[in-house]
Parts: sequence; C-alpha cells; structure tokens
Amino acid sequence: MQNIRRVISVIVMNESSVLARVTSLFAGRGYNIDSLTVAPIPGSDLSHITIVTNGSSRVIEQIIKQLHKLIPTLKVIEHEEMVEKEMLMVKFPIGENLSDIQALSSAYNGGIVNVGVDMVIAMVADEPVRIRHFVEAAQRYNPCEIVRGGVVAIER
Amino acid sequence: MQMSGAQMVCEALIAEGVKTVFGYPGGAIMNVYDEIYKQKSFEHILNRHEQASVHAADGYARSTGKVGVAMVTSGPGFTNAVTGLATAYMDSIPMVVISGQVPLSLIGTDGFQEIDAVGISRPCTKHNYLVKKLEDLPMILKEAFYIARSGRPGPVLVDIPKDITAEIGEFVYPAQINIPTYKPSYKGNDRQIKKAADAIKKAKKPLLYIGGGAVLSDAAPLIRELAEKTQIPAVETLMARGVMGAKNPLLLGMLGMHGNYASNMAMSETDLVISMGARFDDRVTGKLSEFAKYADVIHVDIDPANIGKLVDVDYPIVGDITKVVEKFLVALDGVDPENYRAWREILNRYDNLHPQAYEDSDEVIKPQWVIERIGELMGEEAIITSDVGQHQMWAAQHYPFDRPRQWINSGGLGTMGFGFPAALGAKRGNPDKTVINITGDGSILMNVQELVTASEYKIPVINVILNNHFLGMVRQWQTFFYDKRYSETDLSFQPNFKALAEACGGIGYDVTTKEEFDTAFKDAIEQDKVCFMNVAVNRFENVMPMVPSGGALYNMLLEHKE
Repeated sequence: MQNIRRVISVIVMNESSVLARVTSLFAGRGYNIDSLTVAPIPGSDLSHITIVTNGSSRVIEQIIKQLHKLIPTLKVIEHEEMVEKEMLMVKFPIGENLSDIQALSSAYNGGIVNVGVDMVIAMVADEPVRIRHFVEAAQRYNPCEIVRGGVVAIER
Repeated sequence: MQMSGAQMVCEALIAEGVKTVFGYPGGAIMNVYDEIYKQKSFEHILNRHEQASVHAADGYARSTGKVGVAMVTSGPGFTNAVTGLATAYMDSIPMVVISGQVPLSLIGTDGFQEIDAVGISRPCTKHNYLVKKLEDLPMILKEAFYIARSGRPGPVLVDIPKDITAEIGEFVYPAQINIPTYKPSYKGNDRQIKKAADAIKKAKKPLLYIGGGAVLSDAAPLIRELAEKTQIPAVETLMARGVMGAKNPLLLGMLGMHGNYASNMAMSETDLVISMGARFDDRVTGKLSEFAKYADVIHVDIDPANIGKLVDVDYPIVGDITKVVEKFLVALDGVDPENYRAWREILNRYDNLHPQAYEDSDEVIKPQWVIERIGELMGEEAIITSDVGQHQMWAAQHYPFDRPRQWINSGGLGTMGFGFPAALGAKRGNPDKTVINITGDGSILMNVQELVTASEYKIPVINVILNNHFLGMVRQWQTFFYDKRYSETDLSFQPNFKALAEACGGIGYDVTTKEEFDTAFKDAIEQDKVCFMNVAVNRFENVMPMVPSGGALYNMLLEHKE
C-alpha cells in the first residue's frame, strides 16, 4: 500500500504526561512522526497537538483510532483539506545582503526580526512546501542556523 | 471527613465493593498496609511474588466479572507486576493495580526503589495515574475503577507517592463521574445493524466468529439465542471457549493455529463472517490474505480500533455485544434457517472427516486423555485455568466448556506462570466451585511459590501438571521446524513435585497410569488443601491439528508423521 502524508490535530486534556502518551503510542506501534507541535488552547484546559505523519491508509486509520482511544483525548481531527502553516527562523551572517534577505523573507510572510553585531535573524511562516522553497532560496546567503517550528494546522 | 491518603485508598476500595485484595507490602506502600491492618471490610491475600498478586486479581476478575484489585510497592514491586498488567491488558481484563511510589520530593532523583511506573506501564495499561495532589486521589480512584470496567475493559494503574498516603485531607468519594474525553459507545448503529442483518439473510454460508469480547460482555445467552434462531454455525476463539457451550450442535469448535479442521475450513469457505468481540489475532487468522477469502465481514466490537485493524470490514458495528445482539435478534425476525442447511451439512461432513481426536494408548497416559477425563468427571462444575503451552491448547481443544468464565487462560500475552495464581483468584471469587489449573512442568515452576500462599489461606486449587519433561510447545516447533534440535527445552532435571507440594503444606500425587489418575483425582477434589498432580504423559505428543505460523488456515497439518 502506498504511503500517504496526513496532518492530524489532536485535542487533549492539558495534563501531565499526555504528550508522552501520544508519542509513546507512535513509538510503540511503529508509526512515523514527521513533525509534532503542541501548545495549550487559550482559555481552556485543553492542548492542541498537530502531528504530521505518513503511512498506508490502514495505518493512518489506526493512528487516528488509537489516538482517539487514549483517555485524555477529546477529539481527533483529520482532514485532507487543512490549512497548514509552518514557522521557520534563519540566522544569517551580517555581511550578507540585508535587503535581499528582507525581500526574500517578506515573500514568505516574514521579515528580519532581530539584528545583532555579527548576525541577522529572519523569520518566515508559510505552507510547509513553501518553507522548503525558502530554505533552498536562503542557501545562497550562507545561513549559519535554521530552526523549523513544525506544522500547525486548522480545519478549513 | 478528614483522613490520610492511605485511609482514602481503603475507603475507596470499600466503596467500590472490593472484597479481596491481592498484594505484597514494601516501603513506599506501607502507609496503605497500615490502614489495611486496621480495617475489616476486605481481606488481603499475601501472595509470595507481586506477579502472582496481579495474576490472582486477574483470575478473580475473569471468573467473577468484577474488577480485580492488586497492590504492590514501588520499584521492584511494581516491575514484578508489569507482566501481570500486560497479561490483563492483552485480554482486556478489568483490574485496578495500586502501586506505592517514592515521595514526591524524591521523584526524579533515582531514589531508593524509585522507577517510573507510569512510564513503564503506559503501553500495557488502559490508563494510568501518578497522583500528584492528595485532593485528586478520590477522583482518580473513582475514575480508575470506572475506566477499568467500562468500554473495552482493561487494567488501570494508580501510582501513589508515599507522602500522599501520609498526608491528611478531606475525603468525599465522588458519586458521579464525568470524563468528557472518555465516552465509550455501547448501543451500536441501528442502520449498520439493519444492513448487516440483511447481509445475513442473503448469505449462503454465514459463520459466527466469537471472541473473548462475548465473555467480557456476558453475551453468551444472547449469542446462543442468535445461533439457535438462525441456525448459523459458530466457531470460537481461544478466549471464547464456553460461550456457545460444548454440547451445542452449532458449535464447530475452536479455530486458529490449533483449531479443528471443520472450524478452520468453515472460516476458509464462509461467505459472511459475523465477528462478535474477536480481534483477528494472528494465531487465529494465519496468513491474512487467505483468511476468510470469500467472505464479507461483519465486525461487532466495542473498541473501534479493532475494526479494520487487520481485515477489511464491510459492516463495522461499534458497540457492546449484548446490546448489538439484542438488536440483531429483532432485525433477524423472519430469517429462514433452511437457507443455511446446505452449509451446515458441508461443515458436518468436514467434522466427520477430521474430528478433533487423538490416538489413545494403553501404555502411556496421553495428555488429551487427562483433559477429557477431567471433563467427564467435572464438566460444567469446575473452573479451569491454564498456563501456556501444549497443555493450554489441549485443554482448549478437549475440555467440554459449557459456560463462559469457566475457562481462564492468558490468550493474548501467553504468560507462563499465569495459571496457578489465576486459579487462586478464581477460587477466592468462586468458593463453591472446584478450580483446576491445567499446567505443564515448565509453566508451573514460574509461580510455584504460590504453593505457600495457597496453603496459608487454605485455597484448595488442584494443579494438574501434564509432565512431559519438556518445554513442550517449543519442543514441538523444534521437532517440526528446527530439525529436532532441542535447544534448551529438555526439562529432564526436575524437582520432586510431590515433595515440593508437601514441603509447602500441600498434597502431592505422582501419577503414571489412568487408574492412578482416577484415584488421585477423586482424592484431590475431596481435599481442602492445594494439590499437585504430577502426571507423567507421553513425552513427544504433539498438539494437532496445526497451522504452521504464517500459513493459510486451510493448510493444516492434521497429523505428524515421523
């Protein structure tokens, strides 16, 4: 069976070891995690976990059911049409062309967010596939460090 | 009311109606044991190993349908309990295990007898808790029992740091429970049930495939009614023995790796599998692509994750089997049992062609004979527990199980050493029943210390050791698939089982002939002491039929030719 990529949102009680329950489920059952982000949902006692995974359709179905089976899981949202965004920060040497970096970053919904003595930090936020393009484009400015934030998604 | 965390634990157990707790004290759980000492509402059985405590609670739960309770200390007490938790988890047994933990201030410091119990038990419990605040304790205990017995049952661990059991606080045991994230579905979707019922009416060769869920749901009377009404033949998994009843003419037998010919052929030729609380385990299905190849599948299960996990399902029904079968009985009004007559006749021919049989002997005791003989003598009256291996399969094949909860074994995890402590639990839960553990000379030694427990508490269970001086099932595989290289399976060096039982306050019998067996057995059931019946059986007997691992169900080895 062909592997498919899926973005799954899991709404869980914001309690201790809930993230461990989710990740050990993936580890124990041999599922893949491509990226994982988690943060509390404002104004509630819940957290929102966004997991990007891949597997056969049977495996994806199992992942969703097994996630749902965890006692602290309130909801598992899986949708082919999710609006996905990923955030990324890059550190460039100060000697690079700052206006080029500014222009490039703003093309990917970002800009320069910090300038120090010997480096400049740019931040962008865009769809995962565009983030990959940005990383490729950024290579010519000799980035010294790249940090990806992982995908967050919301149902359309 | 103001009380300590330890008192709260006892009060919660009392509120839950717990009558028996199996356990073993130690440093981190001592506060609770101090309160156990002071109360009179429930008894505590001191097993001689924590693993046995958890298996005993498990056997209690399986035989009574109530939640079993075990109590252990931190560190090694807990790690010894892990096999018991995993055993119960794999077979969906309702159980609450309470473990002591080092004080909160020491957690994470590698303190004496500290181990991450919730971390270790996460994959082998339905849910687990580390209590971090005394005020949470009553609700956690309430939830633990509720989660253990509701939905698809399973073991729940509550890990309690020592300072929490010492702390004083207000105790009100919650009357209501509301876990917004946990709402099992019981009812079953009416439209799906209607569609499935229509499929049954149209089928030519339907087959009831009954699993352990039918036992857990106490659905046996309704499933028998369904079979009776429709005259649809049935096969049982290892976990479902007793649901249909051995005398039921619609029961073909057990299917799977050591299933009988008719059952496995029925599954291979059916056009509609009606799965009731079974989970398509690899020991049942054999090669998946050949399993029920010509069939549509109706799958009734309380756990949605079981549906479609291994086999594509045409009619998924999430719900409690009892409730779903009730609806099936209505939806199947007007079904004509004649529809399936030809199918039943085919299966009867298969059964006559290769019945579940063995070749008896006058020179040596055949293990199958022992099982049959116990069945003749005890029938429905006894509760049979077993360990894991050849004896387990022979018991499942040859004992005439007539009711659910009569047959208690570790099906999913396959835990050697399960049978004896489980028998203690079953006997404690069913004092008026004879409890017999059918075991092997390998398995019995894995919890043999329970002889002492059984003697101390006068729990008279009978252990029938089918002694072939081998780790028999592994030896059988070595014979078939490893060119008879008997690597580490020869158990010729043995304890004196009779003397061992006697040394621990029990009774031992050495049995080498059928006559000796009858005499010893009749004596054993009259005793109020734990017994070991050391029965010398044919050394190289094999469990037949056998589907080689990964093979198709219809490719059974029916006999082994040298």
